[in-house]
Amino acid sequence: MAEKTFRVVGTSVTRKDAPLKARGEALYADDIRLPLMLHARVKRADVGHARILRIDTSKAEALPGVKAVVVGEEAPIPYGIVPQMPTEYALAYKKVRYHGEPVAAVAAVDPDTAEKALDLIEVEYEPLPVYTDPKEAMAPDAVKIHEESPFPANIAYQAEQEFGDVDRAFAESHYVLEKTFRTSYVNHAFLEPHSAVAKFDTNGELTIWSGTQVPHYLHRTLSKVLEMPMQKIHVKVPKVGGGFGGKGEVSNNELIAALLARKAGRPVKLTYSRKEVFLQHRGRHPIEIRMKIGVDRDGYIQALEYDGTMDGGAYGGWGVVILFYTAAMLHLPYKVKNVRFRGRRVYTNKPTCGAMRGLGGVQPRFAMESLLDQIAIDLGMSPYEIKKKNAIDQTHETVSGVYVRHSEYKQCIDKVVENSGYLEKHRKLPFGRGVGLAGGYYISGTAYTLYMSYKPHSTATVRVDTEAGVTVYCGATDIGQGSDMVLGMMAAEKLGLPFDQIHVVSGDTTLAPFDLGSFASRVTVAAGTAVCQACDRVLEKIFSVAAVQLGCRAQQLAVADGEIYSVFEPHKKRMGFWEAVERYIDANGPLVASGEFTPPRRTGKFKGANIGHSPTYGFTAQVAEVEVDTETGEIRVVNYWEAGDCGQAINPQSVEGQVEGSIVMGMGQALFEQVRVAEDGRLLNPNLHDYKVPTAADLPQIRTHIVDSYDPDSPFGAKESGEGPIQPVIPAILNAIYDAIGVRFTEMPVTPEKVLEALERRKSERS
Amino acid sequence: MPSSVPSSRRPGPPAESVAERLAIRFVLNGKPVEARVEPRRTLLWVLREEFDLVGAKEGCGVGECGACTVLLDGEAVNACLVLAGKVDGRTVTTVEGLGGPEALHPLQQWFIRKHAVQCGYCTPGMLLSAAALLRRNPDPTREEIREALAGNLCRCTGYVQIVEAVRAAAREMAGR
Repeated sequence: MAEKTFRVVGTSVTRKDAPLKARGEALYADDIRLPLMLHARVKRADVGHARILRIDTSKAEALPGVKAVVVGEEAPIPYGIVPQMPTEYALAYKKVRYHGEPVAAVAAVDPDTAEKALDLIEVEYEPLPVYTDPKEAMAPDAVKIHEESPFPANIAYQAEQEFGDVDRAFAESHYVLEKTFRTSYVNHAFLEPHSAVAKFDTNGELTIWSGTQVPHYLHRTLSKVLEMPMQKIHVKVPKVGGGFGGKGEVSNNELIAALLARKAGRPVKLTYSRKEVFLQHRGRHPIEIRMKIGVDRDGYIQALEYDGTMDGGAYGGWGVVILFYTAAMLHLPYKVKNVRFRGRRVYTNKPTCGAMRGLGGVQPRFAMESLLDQIAIDLGMSPYEIKKKNAIDQTHETVSGVYVRHSEYKQCIDKVVENSGYLEKHRKLPFGRGVGLAGGYYISGTAYTLYMSYKPHSTATVRVDTEAGVTVYCGATDIGQGSDMVLGMMAAEKLGLPFDQIHVVSGDTTLAPFDLGSFASRVTVAAGTAVCQACDRVLEKIFSVAAVQLGCRAQQLAVADGEIYSVFEPHKKRMGFWEAVERYIDANGPLVASGEFTPPRRTGKFKGANIGHSPTYGFTAQVAEVEVDTETGEIRVVNYWEAGDCGQAINPQSVEGQVEGSIVMGMGQALFEQVRVAEDGRLLNPNLHDYKVPTAADLPQIRTHIVDSYDPDSPFGAKESGEGPIQPVIPAILNAIYDAIGVRFTEMPVTPEKVLEALERRKSERS
Repeated sequence: MPSSVPSSRRPGPPAESVAERLAIRFVLNGKPVEARVEPRRTLLWVLREEFDLVGAKEGCGVGECGACTVLLDGEAVNACLVLAGKVDGRTVTTVEGLGGPEALHPLQQWFIRKHAVQCGYCTPGMLLSAAALLRRNPDPTREEIREALAGNLCRCTGYVQIVEAVRAAAREMAGR
């Protein structure tokens, strides 16, 4: 095991970007202004599903101040984050598949002119039936939203998995409970709307500044859609105002800005309005889940069956991957020996669903934690007991072949139950007040990539220079979560230097080496490993010089507090780090080294077997305490406790921020948030007034706890903390509501109307 | 007009449209300034486009998210909802003017120290709402802070560290 006495790791250093952000100095894409820059606006379809018969842009082009207009026919190459299944276009091509889809775009000298030009564009449609409900879309006679899709009706993809003898295990179960759950249509609601600035230079090279989570996927997609070599494209990520998955695939504003810039011969900025953010969407899939769990007399899980219909919206996006994540998520963090999964993702005429914080996990977690809670109560057992009994041990292999190399999940459950006083409160609080327990986990990166390449998933280069200092170059992108800080802290720890001496250059496809991007809670482990390895290789070079100087073996050398020393004679044989660096550079030239990370590759012999494997996993257990106002139906989350296993916290304050942000975001989905859609596919609340996200006023008292944990195979023992903590939030709150008023909600959001209706129904049933 | 008054960076509009523009003079981050803008422009537009102060962010454009919050005569307002003409003769403070030239404001310092800044898009607005609160209530309770910040959405932090930062800044400013 690595040394656990750290100087930088485990401390709450302040982020280097924080002062810039607190002073308004940090630049986001919309803050960028270039000479002669044009402003773009997008003409959007006012139909939900239609064939495009004609687009006439001549009047718009004739408007003074308009410099370029583009339509879908000018970029007819489909793309998608899943390269095997490209379904999308920069602008609607031949067909419109959701109300508000881009059909044309204008670049003009100012936003007003661009806006005016949109009204001059004429589009003629042949309307098609609009499907907003997956059930209608799956009807055998439904018109296909994607004609080329190989599955029946509007099924985008479907799959089955079976492990063990499910039917027999159910037959032999002491108690079986089945329920249907419906999850809601929610948006990330990051504060910064999508924005991109694109510029072509005289050599035909494209530079694009965009707030994306995945600069390298954007790089490749631009090359494909604009039909130009990748080496002529430079993607630069300025500060990103939040992503949560919503900027985890190419957004059409990026492609449209580039297309317009090329056509106009001038730089183009395209920033979306809040409504357009809701149209670009990629939020969490609504899923109708039928889940059945069988347990033995003692509450040990015998079998689990899942049937899920995912409402995918108009395009593919991350859909098929998420479908398989819902399958993978059934196998943890409990020991389940017999599992049947049936799932399908269905196209509908709505903004496309995709990756949202904790993708694929949140929905099945809601069902599973709710069912286990109910089963425990039905058996006269504490939900704590049933969860603890079934929880996986420190290492575990699922029946689907997923290997967990390190888990402190049991410790999480114990700790949160202890801190919250759950056992003293559950079923003992007065009517209207209750507590709920739920657990969860998430991957720390994936074992499989959609990037269609065998190269390492993360790479980093470290340059140590007597003049420029230490610079870490890594393609991993800081989207606000603080990954630059994490990577800088790791480099500082490795090189024995103060954190503020480390510069991090990230999110730049020209300057920084390849990294898949910021998603799947992967950066700390993947990019962190690459940075650590690069630092080790830098040290190897420095040590070779220092060893000669000090007269000892290079293998005896270590570094701390700016000094290189022999571990055997630390007082006698030591020299300054920078002195050694200078000698190395004088003799050899630049001091540079790279590192890389490729996750252990695991798979299986069934459909979707690539999905669910991860180098390591983060765990969490949570208790919510709610108060239900039985007069108004209003639910207030009063207290919230969390205990999490993120391995060694690189920066504990940063981990707390991730956990608290996850809890409040999950609470929003549980109680308030839902994008509502009219029958014609129009969004009814694409704004932050009618789409309610939690405010500071809704904040419960939150107490988080990082359990003692260290994954010896991870960089500095660290695991993920950004997506695991959102997994149990919804069921913890809904289990607490059950404890408070005896109503088991299986649909979210649990609004005051639904509470009052349920209380009324209960009253009439009793009388 | 004294020649020392800085004016906005843009060259004057073409002669025929001058009549449509409104001359406004106000104090921006402690300095008297003037601008000539179309009456329909918002304070947010004036700050970002005329004065290059991009600290105030546009998150929604209709006063729902608070990312554009600035101080108008010391009160927190959504700059996207304030028409330029309303600013004439008044005092505006943006995040760029919150601290002094040398040191950051205690709120900024505590936001940094308490890790209340993640993506940072809400940070400028959040800071100014907090500054307005501390101006009228130097010793707010947690609940008062939560209420005062309820118009500023943050999707990253879950607000906990922001509330803690405001409390710590209040304590420091009161010399407690």
